[in-house]
Amino acid sequence: MAFTLPTETAKGKIREVELGVGEKARKVGGENCLPFYLWEGEMPNKPLVAAEVMDEPGELVPALEKALGEVKNDPVAWAKKAVEEWGADAVFLLLSSTDPKGTDAPAEQAAETVLKVEEAVKVPLIVYGTEDVEKDAEIARVVSTKAEGKNLLIGPAKEDNFKKVGAPAIGYKQTVSGMTPIDVNLAKQLNILLTNLGMEAEKLVIDPTTGALGYGLEYTYSVMERLKIAGLFQDDSMTQMPMLANIGFQAWKTKEAKSPEEEYPEWGDAEKRGIMWETVTAVALLLAGANILVLRHPESIRLVKQLIADLSG
Amino acid sequence: MGLSGLDIFKKLPKTNCKECGFPTCLAFAMKLAAGQANLDDCPYVTDEVRAELAEAAAPPIRGVTIGVGDEAFKVGEELVLFRHEKTFFNPTVLGVLVSDDMDDAKVDELLKQAKECEHERVGVILKVGTVAVKCASGDAAKFKALVEKVKGATSKPLILMTEDVEVMKAALEVAGDSRPLLYAATEANVEAMGALAKEKDLPLAVKADDLDKLAELSEKLVGMGLKDLILDPSPRKPKETFKDLVAIRRAALNQKFAPFGFPTITFPCEETDDDLYETALAAMYICKYGGIVILSHAEQWRMYPLLVLTLNIYTDPQRPMAVDSKFYEIGNPDENSPVLVTTNFSLTYFIVSGEIEGSKIPAWLGVVDVDGQSVLTAWAAGKFVPETIAKFINTSGIADKVKHRKLIIPGYVAQISGELEEELPDWEIVIGTREAADIPAFLRQFSTT
Repeated sequence: MAFTLPTETAKGKIREVELGVGEKARKVGGENCLPFYLWEGEMPNKPLVAAEVMDEPGELVPALEKALGEVKNDPVAWAKKAVEEWGADAVFLLLSSTDPKGTDAPAEQAAETVLKVEEAVKVPLIVYGTEDVEKDAEIARVVSTKAEGKNLLIGPAKEDNFKKVGAPAIGYKQTVSGMTPIDVNLAKQLNILLTNLGMEAEKLVIDPTTGALGYGLEYTYSVMERLKIAGLFQDDSMTQMPMLANIGFQAWKTKEAKSPEEEYPEWGDAEKRGIMWETVTAVALLLAGANILVLRHPESIRLVKQLIADLSG
Repeated sequence: MGLSGLDIFKKLPKTNCKECGFPTCLAFAMKLAAGQANLDDCPYVTDEVRAELAEAAAPPIRGVTIGVGDEAFKVGEELVLFRHEKTFFNPTVLGVLVSDDMDDAKVDELLKQAKECEHERVGVILKVGTVAVKCASGDAAKFKALVEKVKGATSKPLILMTEDVEVMKAALEVAGDSRPLLYAATEANVEAMGALAKEKDLPLAVKADDLDKLAELSEKLVGMGLKDLILDPSPRKPKETFKDLVAIRRAALNQKFAPFGFPTITFPCEETDDDLYETALAAMYICKYGGIVILSHAEQWRMYPLLVLTLNIYTDPQRPMAVDSKFYEIGNPDENSPVLVTTNFSLTYFIVSGEIEGSKIPAWLGVVDVDGQSVLTAWAAGKFVPETIAKFINTSGIADKVKHRKLIIPGYVAQISGELEEELPDWEIVIGTREAADIPAFLRQFSTT
């Protein structure tokens, strides 16, 4: 019996969103097929692998300390290393210093770091606060203003602060990442709120909240698949934004990724285990439809980039 | 599949005899259509109808069982392309490959890895499911000796890898009684290998370079009377393998293309020499339609994440995973350690216990059975309520383990604290944090007061 390859043509397509400006600009999204189903559609822009950089990293697991070495306490040098040596396509700067439960550094001070990092690398910059709705709104205002026209991806905007994050982004030409708690309808709803506020749909990215391997990955996986399917096959406009998966932060928080081998000998080599905990989470979400994957360890970056290259090559 | 309750009803005796345990034939038919009843419970249905319904109810992807005894596994029987549409059923089985051109020490090491890798998570045992034994030497005696050795060392189901029928026969002399998977029938040996599998009534893998050939071989083997096939699209390039696996699953489910109505096998171990990348590829095949996935090694650092991935991807989205209801010891708690309660939704348990562990403050974590719901959901559903929590505390024996009487409850159910104090008059109810991430700071402060 001859075999005919079953193909499905999408009605819709994911919006193409540009991050950064000038020579730093990169586009994400634009696909009209499920992730890497290239026999029936196109992915004009490969998923972006962003390296997570923190302005106040605190204590990290040995595998990360080793990979970072001296740059750990210098976000500019860290970002440069991630781009130039590790091959990151973008930098994700987590302003951990601003956490009101921690150092609570002023937004102005964090914004200076943002500008320095932006200046130092030739790739798009994503700037995230620590999920404190008040503080993040302040950061969004100060960073948007000071980095006017740089087209940063700023987040996370949530239901409780979307106006305060969105308005300065509109005024000073930035892009916004809207975060909702692992739910298709809430993600849509936030996009509606942000577009009603006056944001162009082409300036929005969905952050559906990432659950790491063993810690809710299956929920994020299915929500991403459902959002992608709704965007492609139901042509649902408010689900057609590219998606961001914030993987490194979540994966390296798990005890499976960070516990030393002495504590859990039955889990094996701690460094490789941690890298795989992050990479396996990333592979799953890449296949579920993530357009931006935020990773911490250089080996994870290498592996995910290799898979993206192999699947699109 | 695909028959409605009414379609089935038309074929039943319509006597409403109730012997099946349902009040009417229609009710029974509806349950049959939903897969919640067994046709054998109707004593009056004719053999003809029985055969007809059995065929209609056969899954579009056949379930194939490999091995015997406790370690036997089944792959296949999948009904959907995306897990949210219903669920994925039979988790991807991970295996490790040993070959007769490896030295004894290497084989021993790999078998040891496979044996030692066993973990329990949310009541599920996660382990290496199979050992693939490959004939690389072409020497029947050598291969047979290795198969014998492996069979002596493990009761895990075996995959016997040789395309030479005579070599396969030699291996079956020692392993034929343990229902191994024969790997593989190819264009060159399909008649002889098919005949051998048929004669011994064993599952058989089919390998071809492209999907047209694979369909042709599969059809031929089905024509020979074989039922238990495993498909190996064998380009050994990740991009092609991915495409083939999607095509096979879609063809089986959406087009009812019978030659592809079988589970698949993939070999990331043959797609790269990079151990880490091989593991990443295995993760891809777990998500996207791999039935059996064979790796070059089975170290814990690679198997544990992959096994947890199979657990995550194959979890029924409509039935949350629950952990056992009891007091868990986090760290090494003693009689002065804090006592916390939460619900038995596995995700809640993992996140809360992870944060307590991260705080480095040993504690007793009580997990209340609320049918696997999260704190807020269970509270709203009337399950995580003072009465249930009090009953759990009173029967858990925690009062004998700690000297103090302070019980920390999740911040999201602060409103129940008064009522809970009435139910537990000996205990002081302390309101904990709303978010798990804030637990370490909370515990540090709590312990100093």
